[in-house]
Amino acid sequence: MYNLIRFLQKHNFVLLFVLLEIVSVIMLTRSHTYHRAAVSHTTNQIASRLYEINSSITAYYSLKNANDLLRTQNAELLARLAQMETSILPPDTLPGDVVFDFLPARVIKNTTHLRNNYIIINKGRRDGVAKDMGIIDPEGVVGIIISVSDRYASAMSLLHKYATLSVRFKNNDQIANLNWKGGDYRFGEVVDIPTHVILQKGDTIVTSGHSFVFPENLVVGTIEEFIQSERGNLNSARIRFAVDFNKVRNVYVVKNFHKEELNSLSKIKTNE
Amino acid sequence: MSNLLTNILRFVGLILLQVLVLNNIRLGGYINPFVYILFVMMLPFSLPGWLLLLSGFGTGLVMDLFMSTPGLHAGAGVFMAFMRPYVIELATGSKEPENVNMPSLSQMGLRWWFSYTSTLVLMHHFALFFLESFSFSQFGGTLMRILFSVMFSQIIILLLSFFFLQKQKR
Repeated sequence: MYNLIRFLQKHNFVLLFVLLEIVSVIMLTRSHTYHRAAVSHTTNQIASRLYEINSSITAYYSLKNANDLLRTQNAELLARLAQMETSILPPDTLPGDVVFDFLPARVIKNTTHLRNNYIIINKGRRDGVAKDMGIIDPEGVVGIIISVSDRYASAMSLLHKYATLSVRFKNNDQIANLNWKGGDYRFGEVVDIPTHVILQKGDTIVTSGHSFVFPENLVVGTIEEFIQSERGNLNSARIRFAVDFNKVRNVYVVKNFHKEELNSLSKIKTNE
Repeated sequence: MSNLLTNILRFVGLILLQVLVLNNIRLGGYINPFVYILFVMMLPFSLPGWLLLLSGFGTGLVMDLFMSTPGLHAGAGVFMAFMRPYVIELATGSKEPENVNMPSLSQMGLRWWFSYTSTLVLMHHFALFFLESFSFSQFGGTLMRILFSVMFSQIIILLLSFFFLQKQKR
């Protein structure tokens, strides 16, 4: 016993180092799995507040670009509205059939250079944001909410080791999965492409809607390079994201009113 | 007492500088300078070992809070704090240099300060980037990131040190 105490006294520096290092690694590994990330990754109020102040200052610099983007989006929506008004609604689309709702929000913190990137937005539980909702911006899919506080929510961006998105190739309706391997934030990777599916550079990739998080046919990106497996396995492709993750600012939180019902039917864990 | 106050002010200043300014700098897509570790480097020589380790851990934890990376900066911070006494001994030849209360450019001279900071920055970044990717699979890429980030951090640390040196002389 005495020897043990003497040993502890003598090596307290090394022992404390090892202890603290173990604590860090445990925290780090716990945050790495998707579901635990959502639990332990609490959106901190002070940090969020500081980022919001900073963001409201820097927002002025990109006002012009944001305005241009919103204007083009407005024009597009107006055009679609006009089209809808002139065409007669098919009998099965009743007004009560609205499945998705979009809540505008602003990004107050975002990274693109880390291996696992997170986004914090200025809408939270108070505004009806909940875990597992999607985030899109006018150009395409951005990420998925993993934790919410009262006024803020934190999301895993597509630039994350554990962010997998179910996608569809627009011209042949085949389904595959999208990942991000790290490195350049402009390019992602589509894996699990069946061998009989041949893709061309420039083909559009959209959401499949199979996870119930995002609506169908949202643009995700375009094929940059089609890679055929030499061993005849599943092919893969490098894609260019439609969203410029480095400048996302005005986003929409996607809420699926039927999600719980759909999930209870499939009981398949969605991991988008 | 004023020593404690100086350290608290330095801590707050460096964290704000890191979070609000430097974390927005990304050269070539993924080179990020980390300068907040200067706080741990400039703690007094006489600081007990356990407090040094806790300072490294705490500083990292505060960074993690802002960057939503639980454990990442804390782990790298503890590692750097752990290596600090050995680096000091290596650079000075003794654990606690005489007549000097803390490591700084003005008190230790440029050559000492440069080798001291660059060694610790290298160790910190090495731990940080490998903890982040948690594997040696993309060894070449990670090594490049470390190298460029170290150079970038070191340049800013030296600039900051010169800035505060000027202030002390006045």
